[in-house]
Amino acid sequence: MAHKIEVKNLYKIFGPHPEKALALLKEGSTKDEILDKTGHGIGVANVSFHVEEGEILVIMGLSGSGKSTLVRCLNRLIEPSYGQILLEGTDVTKLNKEDLRILRQTRFGMVFQHFALFPRRTVIKNVEYGLEIQKVDQAERQKRALAALEQVGLKGWENSYPSQLSGGMQQRVGLARALALDPDIMLMDEAFSALDPLIRRDMQDELLKLQEKMHKTIIFISHDLDEALKLGDRIILMKDGYIVQDGTAEEILTNPATRYVEKFVEDVDLSKVLTAEIIMKNPIEIASYAHDGPKAALWKMNRAGISSIFVQHKGKLVGIVTAEDAATALKKGEKDLAGIVIRDIHKVSPETPANDLFALLAENSSPVAVIDEEEHLLGVIVKGSLLAALSEGVMVNGTD
Amino acid sequence: MEQIRIPIGKSIEYVIDLITEHFSFATRAFSDITETGINILVDSMMFFPPWVLIIVFTALALFISREKGIALFTLIGMALIWNMGLWTPTVSTIALVLISTLIAMLIGLPLGIFSALNSTAYRIIMPILDVMQTMPAFVYLIPAIPFFGLGPVGAIFSTVIFSMPPAIRLTCLGIKQVPVELIEAADSFGSTRSQKLFKLQLPMATPTIMAGINQTIMLALSMVVIAAMIGAKGLGGEVWKAIQRLEPDKGFEAGIAIVIVAVILDRIMQKAGGRQKTA
Repeated sequence: MAHKIEVKNLYKIFGPHPEKALALLKEGSTKDEILDKTGHGIGVANVSFHVEEGEILVIMGLSGSGKSTLVRCLNRLIEPSYGQILLEGTDVTKLNKEDLRILRQTRFGMVFQHFALFPRRTVIKNVEYGLEIQKVDQAERQKRALAALEQVGLKGWENSYPSQLSGGMQQRVGLARALALDPDIMLMDEAFSALDPLIRRDMQDELLKLQEKMHKTIIFISHDLDEALKLGDRIILMKDGYIVQDGTAEEILTNPATRYVEKFVEDVDLSKVLTAEIIMKNPIEIASYAHDGPKAALWKMNRAGISSIFVQHKGKLVGIVTAEDAATALKKGEKDLAGIVIRDIHKVSPETPANDLFALLAENSSPVAVIDEEEHLLGVIVKGSLLAALSEGVMVNGTD
Repeated sequence: MEQIRIPIGKSIEYVIDLITEHFSFATRAFSDITETGINILVDSMMFFPPWVLIIVFTALALFISREKGIALFTLIGMALIWNMGLWTPTVSTIALVLISTLIAMLIGLPLGIFSALNSTAYRIIMPILDVMQTMPAFVYLIPAIPFFGLGPVGAIFSTVIFSMPPAIRLTCLGIKQVPVELIEAADSFGSTRSQKLFKLQLPMATPTIMAGINQTIMLALSMVVIAAMIGAKGLGGEVWKAIQRLEPDKGFEAGIAIVIVAVILDRIMQKAGGRQKTA
């Protein structure tokens, strides 16, 4: 299938003679050298990537890396200098003004870092703005605006002014304003960066929940690795206008493409600071090798809502039993766990860094056991808890 | 050696003569229209007994400013003017100010918008405004005479030129002050230029534009007084008469009446602008 959006060799060079800067760029000059020599700024340099329908793509980078410029090139709020942007095969860069306007009206919804709400309009008038521009009649646009406000949980606030709302609520209005148009692509420029951490997390959850229903194609700009890990189906890392890595969260964390990515991951992410002890969850249920049969093991798994259970004998970890095996054993009428316990499992000490856990968890999907010197089970780590711990790393670290 | 003199003054005089000679039909037409406008306005105001107008102005002050203090000041101030026997000149001064301001706004607002949206226009208009504002006000009276003759129309001409700059400047400023992010937001939804102007930029600029209108009114009032020298009647005329006859009592009474009118207009306009801001 064709990509939803495909960007090919996109450049944005600020200044009157981009061709000079482009030539230097192709000769391998750096951004700073070109700025010194020609006075031209490099916003985006030879960027190619694609976005799939219904995917959340996070473009990440430090400030000045060109990520905001790049997203503005997509709907040509900033006019790209060279390259192609194909939206379902149509080259956006070739559109005339009128077609571009219609494209912006119907296809793109944009959410801004500092909300960019119109201060002299009420909440509902803000949300109606895009529809008003399209000359949708009053009753219809009110209906759609109210629906959008309800979606973001702001029902009842229609007639307030933006200044009367908290930051989080203002950004919900921003989100509703984009959603009211029902665009298929959402451009979110550091949409949650101006919010305080707790609200930010709420908004991220909210966005993911909305996305489950909406299946929009979302391009999300962020400078925050935690946010990127949490939201992104894929992450693009940018530096000095170039893309330095394009991949899934795990690819970027486990296999940084360049020193820069490594440093980025190192600096922001706490996978090296986080240890097994912090990430692990207390085992909710443990099966006893001596007393529990398949039926008891199944019952315990059921009660805890897990699909496999660790087995201990006299305070020492023996292995793991899966629900599937236990069920088979139960049918066969086996009375103990001896036949089905898997003894070859990953065991780590509490001090193991999170980075090492990635490798273990990537190998197979069964949980990793955290044990002490006496081989006593201390906790359990599953893939989800590792990623969750990473994306909430600041919090864990902060309370430590 | 004979000194070479660059004929700046002569050239300007030449241009003024040229306009007077060849465009007299235009200046005459403007003169007629404006004169009729002034007459209608003054006559209709004079048609009512002063106390009716005082009540109307007070009600208007209360309605626009929503403040009892300003309404009370209007009531007492205007009653005082009536009592000083300055009602007729006051009415004609107010009429001159209103008409001048109206013309200044009609020209100034579009120019302000244009210079905000077009950087070339901005670069041309702003230095002209600087000159207009620093030129001594009296100088504007001189071309008014050949163009429109002595009387209220010449006064309005020079008043419009003198009082227009803040209207242009602050309209331009108000529009330029709209944050880039809001402009981007409006663009990202596919607004046309005029949608952006009418739905975002002008509403956002309104408080600043109102401040500009306020300044224009104040400048118009001061110029209308000066224009008494070329035969604009009204309160300025009273002051002018008092100077010529050396009558300090009459002079100060007219002066106080001007202050009262100025304070009333200023407070009402400020409140009108201020209310816009908090809405």
